[in-house]
Amino acid sequence: MTYGPSAGQLVRPPEHHHDEPHVPVFVGARRDELDTIMSRYPTKMAALLPALWMVQDTHGWVSEGAVEEVAQVLDLTAAYVKGVLSFYTMYHQHPVGRHFVQVCTTTPCNVCGAEDVVHAFLEHTGCGELGLTSSDGRFTVIEVECLGACGFATPVMINNEFIESVTPERVARIVAEHD
Amino acid sequence: MGYPHSSHERETPVLSKYFGDPDARTLAGWRARGGYTSLDKALGMDPVEIQNIVKDSGLRGRGGAGFPTGIKWSFMKPDGKTHYLCCNADESEPGTFKDREIMRWTPHALVEGVAIGAHAIYAETAYIYIRGEYSEPIRLMQAAVAEAYASGILGANAMGSGKRVDVHVHRGAGAYICGEETALMNSLEGRRGNPRIKPPFPAVAGLFGQPTTINNVETLAAVPHILREGAEWYQGLGREDNPRSRGTKLFSVCGNIARPGNYEVTMGFPFGEFLNDLCGGALPGREIKAVIPGGSSVPILTREEAENTLMDYEGMVASGTMLGSGGVIVFDDRQDMVKQIARLARFYAHESCAQCSQCREGTAWTTRILERISAGQGNARDFDTLLSIADNMSGKTICVLSDSCATPVVSGLKKFRAEFEAKLGPDHSRGVVPVLLTSNRTVAA
Repeated sequence: MTYGPSAGQLVRPPEHHHDEPHVPVFVGARRDELDTIMSRYPTKMAALLPALWMVQDTHGWVSEGAVEEVAQVLDLTAAYVKGVLSFYTMYHQHPVGRHFVQVCTTTPCNVCGAEDVVHAFLEHTGCGELGLTSSDGRFTVIEVECLGACGFATPVMINNEFIESVTPERVARIVAEHD
Repeated sequence: MGYPHSSHERETPVLSKYFGDPDARTLAGWRARGGYTSLDKALGMDPVEIQNIVKDSGLRGRGGAGFPTGIKWSFMKPDGKTHYLCCNADESEPGTFKDREIMRWTPHALVEGVAIGAHAIYAETAYIYIRGEYSEPIRLMQAAVAEAYASGILGANAMGSGKRVDVHVHRGAGAYICGEETALMNSLEGRRGNPRIKPPFPAVAGLFGQPTTINNVETLAAVPHILREGAEWYQGLGREDNPRSRGTKLFSVCGNIARPGNYEVTMGFPFGEFLNDLCGGALPGREIKAVIPGGSSVPILTREEAENTLMDYEGMVASGTMLGSGGVIVFDDRQDMVKQIARLARFYAHESCAQCSQCREGTAWTTRILERISAGQGNARDFDTLLSIADNMSGKTICVLSDSCATPVVSGLKKFRAEFEAKLGPDHSRGVVPVLLTSNRTVAA
């Protein structure tokens, strides 16, 4: 039995990605959006998860620079933000492929053949190994714990897109549809 | 209407009546189906009156714990403090996908239930915490909330009642443990999702330190129906000889079964008929071997045990398991139970927040030992080690994630002992004193 890394755990970062300067997220319309979100809570800190989502939706991952920016806009320390960031598996702490593929392999999907779906994705994306990004930068594939769609085994998430009832036979076409 | 299958004649669709009907998703569609009449009525009622109706209906929490909803609400007193309602939509228990369908097909049913719940506990603000992976339910819930604000159903003067009701959708970010109510509150506050020590209980000091009630999606979605049809109607659904489990319950069915999906039946429905008639039984040419009836955290049943069980809180306990979240996982005769129990343990090891050592170490070592046995490298002493670890993981931690990992291991070892033993090579069992499983070993709920 072989199991690979789960979400956010062992995805290997490409080299030198720390060198890129951070482009601020919370300016203009996005700053207004964050202010609207903050107005829903009695503390600024409660907007931390939404703010991290906004960063990831903008840049695809949450860099050190982004951590500093989030800390500054929410009056938190960077260390605190990093502590929270690292708790939640859906935030990427380093760049991943343009299409981040999460295949559920927890028991209910596992008994329906989810491991074969994982292997099909590793083969068709050219990733070869869980957590690695394909050489063209298109894909990163990981196994994920229960996606909460067990009756539609095997569910696969590609970024925010949720695909139900994926079989190994469907994988080639799904991969082709994601440039 | 069912989803993805059409309703079976023996189902009682209340919450699931409009599953698969996209027209029910919109505000206009929901109003045309009688939506928001209960909220309109509730906003004109005293909160205690609503609490009493819900108490009389017999509704109990559908997230797993089964606490009577009306009594939970009655802990919230008009004390002048800011109160909060949290709707737990962090559905993450393996085998469970009922809240997902409620939010996908009837988002306004949940908005309405949440708004009624908020008023019933003297709260002006409610948060719906949805797991981060549920991208489509999040989008649909946000759209429903926006529609409700735009039409004056929510906001400073909700439905013209003069009362403020705010509802906000909050997206999680991938953590099973945030379905635990105190971890959910920490997460909402912008913290790591570590469960809190109780007391203080949420009704005393919960979200942002204020009195808070946390209810599951299915629980809140049932409330508008109860207010519309009356407590007696809800109380009348269920088996006659069990006054403690009333109403309907959604069961999510998955794994090796002919027709996976969500089914809504009255409490106390016979599990054998449910599996074989409603869900179509085993896949062609296969036989059902085992069933986990209430999400992965409850004890495993053999097929024979499952077929002689009644599907309500007490019926499940009588069979040595729990109703839990209603997530039914079916295993057929092809499945290697050792491998699958090891896979479950791995899930808990991954999801442990790691603040309690019994859980952090226990889930990790349980996984390692089970994977070793599964790979044919175990020895008979491992069984005793596993049971000893399970004992140390049960009833000793801040939350029950640790217990939840121990439960399938203990029940799996007890009921599928032969499969575990068959994994041991002759070399590994030779010279080892046989270990007997003590029959009185139990796992705390």
